[in-house]
Amino acid sequence: MIGLENIIFLIVAAIGIGLFVWQIRKIRKNVLMGRDLELADNTSERINKTLLVAFGQQKMFKRMLPAVLHLFVYVGFLVINIEVLEILIDGIFGTHRILGFAGILYSGLMAINEILAALVIVACAIFLWRRNVTHVPRLWNGVEMRAWPKLDANLILITEIVLMLALFAFNISDLKLAQLRGAHIAGAFPISSLFVNALGSDPETLHVIGRVGWWFHILGILAFMNYLPSSKHFHIIMAFPNVYYSKLLPKGKFTTNPAITHEIKAMLDPSYQPPAPEVDAEGNPVIQRFGAKDVEDLTWKQLMDSYTCTECGRCTSVCPANMTGKLLSPRKIVMDTRDRMEEKGEHPAIFAPNHYKEMGVERVEVTEEKTLLRGYITPEELWACTSCNACVEACPVNIDQLSTIMDLRRFLVLEESAAPASLNAMFTNIENNGAPWAFSPADRFNWADELYVPSKN
Amino acid sequence: MAEMAANGEEPEVLFWVGCAGSFDDRYKRVTRAFVQILEHVGVKYAVLGTEESCTGDPAKRAGNEFLFQMQALTNIEVLNGYNIKTIVTACPHCFNTIKNEYPDLGGNYEVIHHSTFLQQLINEGKVHVKGGEAFKGQRITYHDSCYLGRANDIYEAPRDVLAALDADLVEMKRVRANGLCCGAGGAQMFKEPEPGNKDINIERTEEALATLGAGNGVIATACPFCMVMMNDGVKNKEQEESVKVFDIAELIAQAEGLSK
Repeated sequence: MIGLENIIFLIVAAIGIGLFVWQIRKIRKNVLMGRDLELADNTSERINKTLLVAFGQQKMFKRMLPAVLHLFVYVGFLVINIEVLEILIDGIFGTHRILGFAGILYSGLMAINEILAALVIVACAIFLWRRNVTHVPRLWNGVEMRAWPKLDANLILITEIVLMLALFAFNISDLKLAQLRGAHIAGAFPISSLFVNALGSDPETLHVIGRVGWWFHILGILAFMNYLPSSKHFHIIMAFPNVYYSKLLPKGKFTTNPAITHEIKAMLDPSYQPPAPEVDAEGNPVIQRFGAKDVEDLTWKQLMDSYTCTECGRCTSVCPANMTGKLLSPRKIVMDTRDRMEEKGEHPAIFAPNHYKEMGVERVEVTEEKTLLRGYITPEELWACTSCNACVEACPVNIDQLSTIMDLRRFLVLEESAAPASLNAMFTNIENNGAPWAFSPADRFNWADELYVPSKN
Repeated sequence: MAEMAANGEEPEVLFWVGCAGSFDDRYKRVTRAFVQILEHVGVKYAVLGTEESCTGDPAKRAGNEFLFQMQALTNIEVLNGYNIKTIVTACPHCFNTIKNEYPDLGGNYEVIHHSTFLQQLINEGKVHVKGGEAFKGQRITYHDSCYLGRANDIYEAPRDVLAALDADLVEMKRVRANGLCCGAGGAQMFKEPEPGNKDINIERTEEALATLGAGNGVIATACPFCMVMMNDGVKNKEQEESVKVFDIAELIAQAEGLSK
């Protein structure tokens, strides 16, 4: 029976989903600011990787306790979504527990749901404890962990707990009402049944609690969905495409710039014919920067990385430069990229919480120049990187922090010739002597002298 | 190599010595140890000698793509000129660059790191490690090189080589995929570290010393940069009397009685 409540529900749901689509389009636009990159190869390997790393949470298990707790929340999210489907149908058509016809299957689903919901509450409570009481260093320390990232994390955890409580309120009141009427109710409720006596026996009140719980849960979900694009929690969506498009090559293989190859080949062989330069729509040659100075010099995948980051700090906590007190924090590189991208493009939401820089808090010393390099990320951070790939290895959602660091370094060297003096000396040695040290190439074979002394005599 | 080519011969493998193996006094000993093993097992090998040049790895990691490609294209021309098919090298940085980055520029070879090469020799029974018992009771800990491990997934080969020694192998807290960098990769070898609380090699050396415990021990490495950094760390901790840093090739050469 469709009534006023259903019409209101339909309008609210349509607004919620519409707003979400509007935000996603903005994010898509921001990501497409990046350079083109062809990543449509090796579909089966990519699917495998997505199943293992994204669906299977493989890399989370490098740290056992958070992995198990995260698994509760993650599986809870997936399974409870089936109930959200029911809520949507019930809401639109005025039905009540429409999937109840499934009998034992429905009972099983509801029971699993309840247990997961309880585990989600427990996990989120422990997560809050870890963040705010025990202050797990990687969740707490670092210049990039400003007011907003910390508030954001807490808001998410509290919202998840409240949403689960609303679900229980709905179930408990439903159960109690059925009990009072002596009626049968579809489903099994192992947790709610423990609390049936907590709500009193007034059918009117129970009905109201049930409706409030129901409405709160679905409104909460719609609101939460629209909060995601401004939050680190967006990883629950982006983790899947980001892992799908992750690097399949050995971690040690860095990109090669073909424009440079043509230039060198032409230098070495005057008869070499480099291909015609790329032209844009108006026929003007496309001038591409060597390396990256700003977000549009990075690839769309590197920009997608930054929308996938959940700021967990696993990368920074294993970074050898960071753990020995240097300025580099791989997490900051990723968060800076996102913030700069939103500064340059659009913010997905009506408010812009990610611009914590504009919240009046000083970050590391930067110049006035408004580009990703120098405006957000300083050369000192970049030069501290040992390219050891520990950050890339640690990231549970396959972000490639190192590729961004390398592209920024390339800009410093290739366009600004701004490498530290000792590295310039190393470059000169390689150019002149074919070795990074100042040794004569004629001495390259001297190691053998000693070895063959007996045979020379 | 030039000599071999003049005689119309082709080597089974080309031993890519690398800059550290050619010029660094400490690492020259590793080069010689590895050559002794090659001669001992009778592999037909060659080296480029003065025709070899830097692979360009430090330039590339420092961001100088232009200089890197300059080096790479020149080296590829030399290697292809000699029709080289298989390359073995003791340097993970050379290994990674030639294996992963040269193909884009026209250099396609089978590239083997010396740890994998030694592992094969041991498996095939060509190296028996006769004096392996000389290491009995010695505590050895292996330090993973980033460019061998995380960069190319080679974790077991160097450990298998060490296992042949009959020594007491102990693992550090951060190993394999979670290994801690020696601090020299990404061209850090050629500059002073950025300001911080501590140098990375000191952090790693402290971990190695804690693992080895009191008394004599060996830190085994499979990379010239790691060797320099660990050696500096051990000296900094004034433990050079009791703790030695060796490359896995040196340990095998010693066990086989090829060098003292």
